[in-house]
Amino acid sequence: MFENEYDVIVVGGGHAGSEAAAAAANMGSSTLLITMNLQNIAQMSCNPAMGGIAKGQIVREIDALGGYSGIVSDTSAIQFKMLNKSKGPAMWSPRVQSDRMRFAEDWRLMLEGTPNLDFYQDMVSGLLVEKDQVVGVKTSLGLEIKAKTVVLTNGTFLNGLIHIGDKNFGGGRAGERAATGITEQLVQLGFESGRMKTGTPPRVDGRSLDYSKMEVQPGDEVPEKFSFSDVTKPLTQQRDCHMSYTSPLVHDLLREGFDRSPMFNGRIQSTGPRYCPSIEDKINRFATKERHQLFVEPEGWNTVEVYVNGFSTSLPEDVQFKALRSVVGFEKVKFFRPGYAIEYDYFPPTQLKHTLETKLVKGLFFAGQINGTTGYEEAASQGLMAGINATLQVQEKDEFILKRNEAYIGVLVDDLITKGTEEPYRMFTSRAEYRTLLRQDNADLRLTPKGYELGLVGEKRLQRMEEKHSKATNFVEFFKNTSVTSEAINPILEANDSAAVNQSGKLFKIFARPNISMDDMRKIDSVEAYIKEEDLDKEILEQTEIQVKYSGYIDKEKNNADKLNRLEDLKIPVDFDYSQLKSMSIEARQKLEKIQPRTISQASRVSGVSPSDVSVLLVYMGR
Amino acid sequence: MISNDTIVALATPSGSGAIAIIRLSGQDAITIGSKFFRSVSSKTLAAQKSHTVHLGHIVDEPRIIDEVLVTIFKNPHSYTGENVIEISCHGSLYIQQEIIQLFLKNGCRMANAGEFTLRAFLNGKLDLSQAEAVADLIASDSEASHKIAMQQMRGGFSNEIKNLRDELLNFASLIELELDFAEEDVEFANRDEFYKLITRIIHVLKRLIDSFAVGNVIKNGIPVAIVGEPNVGKSTLLNALLNEERAIVSEIAGTTRDTIEDEIIIGGMAFRFIDTAGIRETEDIVESIGIKKTFEKIEQAQVVLLLVSSIQLALGTDAVKSIIFEIEKIKNKFPQKQLIVILNKIDQVAADELSDVIKHLTPHASQLIPISAKTGFGVEQLTDTLLNLINTGALRNNETIVTNTRHYDALLKAFEEIQKVKYGLDSELSGDLLAIDIRQALLHFGEITGEITNDDLLGNIFANFCIGK
Repeated sequence: MFENEYDVIVVGGGHAGSEAAAAAANMGSSTLLITMNLQNIAQMSCNPAMGGIAKGQIVREIDALGGYSGIVSDTSAIQFKMLNKSKGPAMWSPRVQSDRMRFAEDWRLMLEGTPNLDFYQDMVSGLLVEKDQVVGVKTSLGLEIKAKTVVLTNGTFLNGLIHIGDKNFGGGRAGERAATGITEQLVQLGFESGRMKTGTPPRVDGRSLDYSKMEVQPGDEVPEKFSFSDVTKPLTQQRDCHMSYTSPLVHDLLREGFDRSPMFNGRIQSTGPRYCPSIEDKINRFATKERHQLFVEPEGWNTVEVYVNGFSTSLPEDVQFKALRSVVGFEKVKFFRPGYAIEYDYFPPTQLKHTLETKLVKGLFFAGQINGTTGYEEAASQGLMAGINATLQVQEKDEFILKRNEAYIGVLVDDLITKGTEEPYRMFTSRAEYRTLLRQDNADLRLTPKGYELGLVGEKRLQRMEEKHSKATNFVEFFKNTSVTSEAINPILEANDSAAVNQSGKLFKIFARPNISMDDMRKIDSVEAYIKEEDLDKEILEQTEIQVKYSGYIDKEKNNADKLNRLEDLKIPVDFDYSQLKSMSIEARQKLEKIQPRTISQASRVSGVSPSDVSVLLVYMGR
Repeated sequence: MISNDTIVALATPSGSGAIAIIRLSGQDAITIGSKFFRSVSSKTLAAQKSHTVHLGHIVDEPRIIDEVLVTIFKNPHSYTGENVIEISCHGSLYIQQEIIQLFLKNGCRMANAGEFTLRAFLNGKLDLSQAEAVADLIASDSEASHKIAMQQMRGGFSNEIKNLRDELLNFASLIELELDFAEEDVEFANRDEFYKLITRIIHVLKRLIDSFAVGNVIKNGIPVAIVGEPNVGKSTLLNALLNEERAIVSEIAGTTRDTIEDEIIIGGMAFRFIDTAGIRETEDIVESIGIKKTFEKIEQAQVVLLLVSSIQLALGTDAVKSIIFEIEKIKNKFPQKQLIVILNKIDQVAADELSDVIKHLTPHASQLIPISAKTGFGVEQLTDTLLNLINTGALRNNETIVTNTRHYDALLKAFEEIQKVKYGLDSELSGDLLAIDIRQALLHFGEITGEITNDDLLGNIFANFCIGK
């Protein structure tokens, strides 16, 4: 049935697998996507939403590189919000509520429309490996399919174990069975594996809720969108979310089930994410807090199913039910499905290279939760990077790596392979040293030229990006070169509680003041005339405003990033022998030996490596 | 490859020696050096060829710090491969510190341990066998410098900085919390609390930075100028101080050949007594040159002792007027200096004459000490006064004193960043921008205490706040 050798086989059809398959196929690889259930491509296993703080930036980066997540997020969105709009531009983060079923359908249709991509439904039970090189996969039906490279994106399926109260059973997701065989084989090949835990809240019947008792959470008045392309349009209609709260009564009811909680009775040993705790964890650790927020999120345009965000739990279903019925607005709630916790295998990502290829087996790539991450966006971005690098390897081209000052994706990959992770890894803006550079608004400027070079982005998109940025740059120059008289500007300054000026001066200096906005600037005739003449749209005005108002901070971070890059450019030879570094601490030597950092800069980020260790390394390096 | 920033450090072993060499390396090394170097033959340093030596003065206008030799190395023909100048100055600790301080204030950064070698390596100036040799050097150096740092931190310095860093880290976590978890139902500490914290940090930093001057004084001695005519009993007084404290006197050569300084340890503190001529009003040219010199010496001193003879004063009102004139002149010209008027030889005048003189002088001299250097009367009061005058409050209260120039450098930078944070709070700057300055400040604290990583921030957040939907 499969006589030809594929360039790339992607195992798993979630967010990582779908992006990996799309990228590989779009770059010209003959690609096969194998998944256990083709009905469940790009499932949102947890909350029906894409983006959010730091995550929204990642989606825009994926889009700028030519991935599909941004487009599908737009076409399946039911509500759009730009979060953190009151803060500086580095913090603006797009987020959508999604139609869960439409999201999966749109993804599948986009993949079906991608050339070079084949599909097959089966469980991969093992890898074909010859002399430390992957050559294909084995399936549970006994098929052997040859490939030059394999991308594993198994999500929570590897030996997945679902817990609800004191019940537990094998499964990769509610209603789906777990995958077996791969972990055992990889461990035999010398890989280290671990266990992680995550959880999800109950889904309920929206018809049983009393929304009149809850706070309404509408989307933005003027919604934007993720994709930089003109394929998608912002929403014209949106669905509201709602908010309610737990109470001391709810907490008491939940506590009654603690003795049957797998979290507390020792049945679950593995680490869950600290920032995404279950409700029982929240009331246990923060006992003084009298209430916790619950976000009531519709699962789509038409379905009545509702997601109870904030109520992730693995307590027995009867306890979940009783407690939730005590929440305001939930008095008559009916369950669609209870919440549950799931334990699964992952492989500490320090076993990977920056390309997401494993150090042990050539041609084998890992992406998504198998690397200990959590989140659709984190998974999708890794899938994209793995798909790209698998193809580049097949095509014998240079690897594709993003630096920490180029993209959140770069921060993500570097953190994973350099520091590893003890709990499911989620992206935060604070993980990025240079977040002022890594904004959602300039993701296209940062990455679209790279996407174009890779062959993932068409010429038209590149031109669109270049036009946007040259228009913004010219407009910034206009502010630098155009003067305004004190008579013209002082009334505007006065209206904004900003100190008056004595003489005419450049517009740039005025605009850079904290409380002066583009809208204020537009009250000046020459500015409004320029906008009309050049036909500048909202996106360009916003881009210009950011570049003027935050130029000082952006420049400061650029300078700091340049300093980092000096050490980033200093490569450490492959197979460098750390044991010869007698003046370095033993801990540092062992850590470096294990991680095998590519550059001095990466070495400095390995935990346990001190600045003086780095100096020693610098001097010894290259022998 | 040329670095953007210019670094400075002492290239010779620390401590006093005949000469010391201070090295600057970086793109602007020659330009910066040029600004403070006055060649004896009026050459501009920046215009000179590589590998040439120049005689002149390091000048912090209008003050001449030292006569030096400057050697120029232009990139890439230098140890680091960058523009380098080496300043050979006289080897006193004071001069070394002054010159390094001057460059730190004018665009240079204190070099990190091994940084010259690091740069040399980065720029391909060291081959592999050389690099290996230097590696051993650096390794041994850092262990030694660690010991030194530990000694210096014994006064609680490291704890103090660590506490500041912890508090600031907490602050930073709160800011990050607002940013990364804006959707969550967490209480953000209010800006007033932040403001109080920042004000407190500024206060502590300022004290630590100021303590560097005290630290320097402790290391280098407190300069005291003795102003007085040749016959008022200066040497008797110095001997009396000696007897009082049973301390050692050493004669050390000053920076100019004709100055003799006596260093005496009083109450555990080193005082350097600088002998000067008086400053009476005169029209004599030679004498007015002497007065000018006296002023220069007073300028260098922290305390001024005006020594007068009661015998002379007892002679009449003209003599008293003349002394009052001197007192007022010193007070006017040097309002910052501590002035002590010492009325010597009181054993040789009548009691009523003495009380008359004291009555006349008291309105002009807040510190007036009658003594007899010969009998030792009043000397103890003088030493007590001296010790009280010096800002030793910090010492006696066991407060932290910064003595390490590298720490001082890091503190100054942290101070600068914290000021920006304060300004940011004043102008209601958004958290992500405040965070840039806070991170920089944490980085500078980290240079003293160890490393900062972003993991610290996240760890702090997770430990203290209920996060997550």
